Amino acid sequence: MREWLRNVWEGFFTVLVGMRITWRHLFTKSVTLQYPSERWTLPPRTRMRLFMKYEDCIGCGQCVRACPVNCISLKTEKRPADKPPIWAATGQPIKLDVTVFDIDMSLCCYCNLCTYPCPTFCIYMTPDYEFASRDLKEHLYRFAKKDAVFLTEDPKKKAAPAAPAAPAAPGSPAGAPGA
Amino acid sequence: MNATYAWLVSLVPEIAGWPAWAVVALSATLPALACFTFMSLGPIVYVYAERKISAFMQDRLGPMRVGPYGVLQTIADTVKLLFKEAIYPKGVDRKLFVIAPLLVNVGAFLPFVVIPWGARLQPADLNVGIFYVSAISAISTVGLIMAGWASNNKYALFGAMRSAAQIVSYEIPSLLIILVPVMLVGSLSLQDLTLAQAGGLPHWFLFRYFPLMPVAFVSFFTAALAETNRAPFDIPEAESELVAGFHTEYSGFFFSLFFLAEYSEMFVVSAVASVLFLGGYLAPHPLLQSLAFLGLPAVGLGWFWLWWKAWALMFVMMWLRWTLPRTRVDQLMYVAWKVLLPISLALVLVVGGLVLIPATRDGFFWDAWVGWPLTLVVVGFLFVVMLRALQWNRARDRQMALSAPQVSR
Repeated sequence: MREWLRNVWEGFFTVLVGMRITWRHLFTKSVTLQYPSERWTLPPRTRMRLFMKYEDCIGCGQCVRACPVNCISLKTEKRPADKPPIWAATGQPIKLDVTVFDIDMSLCCYCNLCTYPCPTFCIYMTPDYEFASRDLKEHLYRFAKKDAVFLTEDPKKKAAPAAPAAPAAPGSPAGAPGA
Repeated sequence: MNATYAWLVSLVPEIAGWPAWAVVALSATLPALACFTFMSLGPIVYVYAERKISAFMQDRLGPMRVGPYGVLQTIADTVKLLFKEAIYPKGVDRKLFVIAPLLVNVGAFLPFVVIPWGARLQPADLNVGIFYVSAISAISTVGLIMAGWASNNKYALFGAMRSAAQIVSYEIPSLLIILVPVMLVGSLSLQDLTLAQAGGLPHWFLFRYFPLMPVAFVSFFTAALAETNRAPFDIPEAESELVAGFHTEYSGFFFSLFFLAEYSEMFVVSAVASVLFLGGYLAPHPLLQSLAFLGLPAVGLGWFWLWWKAWALMFVMMWLRWTLPRTRVDQLMYVAWKVLLPISLALVLVVGGLVLIPATRDGFFWDAWVGWPLTLVVVGFLFVVMLRALQWNRARDRQMALSAPQVSR
């Protein structure tokens, strides 16, 4: 009988305890973020969509080799000697014309490994994450442009005119120093 | 004829001269229409309230997109349900399959007939009132079993059998506890039951025989909750085990009928509980019974008080639903047969004995001092918890402002 009474009281009392908790939560503020109308501003180093600044690419192909899932495809041609010399913003002379630079974001695993070896810091990840699409092909980003405007002067020349031109010519991807 | 007729005559005296058939038609159709409208439109509000309350209790926002604060969400849902195809799966017993949700609704709808909203605002003051309510709402069990059987689906049948077991078990304690106020009043009519509690909050049956009647109320409420098949006693439609129980195979309009029935039953049970224990349409203080205390014409506020009492109880039902996990079948049976049944039997015997003793005919001598202090303690406690929650909110806001990433709109 005493056991029974204790059971019943415990059952009743614990229900009240639970009700107090839910009552308290009735007045606590909601944690919901109503996504499309309000959203987090992500920290600047968030690893989301890859971006490549074509004008700075020297075609060294280190990002291609760093990529664990082979989502970057790169094709280069030797820059003809009769064309004016161009430089990347960091001062490396661009000796190769990059004809194809495609990143397939549907393959990308967001590991960020491609951005570390880049000598000109032209490939990096942006905090932009809203690029879902109905067609997988829309995830293939082609960064090679026909109308790119390159630097036609060595940006380092002004600062230090005596400095020799950048490191050794990057040459073909196969010949570049390992990362 | 009946209360409606008397009310109509008091409004328009010419009606008294009308032929009998017109009088019957008028005094039956008007309340029926009113009840039906109330019953079919009510759940729109209840479902919205339930969704919002459940959301707030889980620190969510609930429906926010359809209309301001999502107020039109349930209307949109209703329209969607009504226009969806009613699917008859292969092998269902068509006739029973269609009749079942209608029968469930009959059980949920007919108790509205005797619910008193005021001294004369009651479709029919049956002298068997409370007996009628429990008898008629038992019909919906037949509907549930029919639905489970006709669906030709093992989960539906499981749900139906469970609901049969559950409702049969919980009818017994709930009817025994109904006997307690009935013994105090000596009448089954809901009008008499209400009027016997006249005189303000301390005279409500909840505060008579102080420690006894609150126990009776809690037991009755538990049993009633189980009879409406709501959480934590919603094992007939336990989603995690039975898909959706007896309404697994239903879709569109017929599914919405089950929905309607559930919420109407909630309202009926709450209204009956308020009539039995919380003074029905009587105000907490006799002064508040009509608008007269404001110097306005004496318009009765009975409907207002019953409405809020039923709403408060419905809120407690929702509150419990979002507090407690679902019981197991054996726990459910344990609560019915080993807890509620002995308690209700003891209450019937004890209160029945006390009623016979002249000194305690209307309650113990300390009852008059119990009502208000107890109410104040409960309300005060809830208020304090609310204040502390708000305080905690502000503290969290300050903390979040320092550390969290910004939200742009």
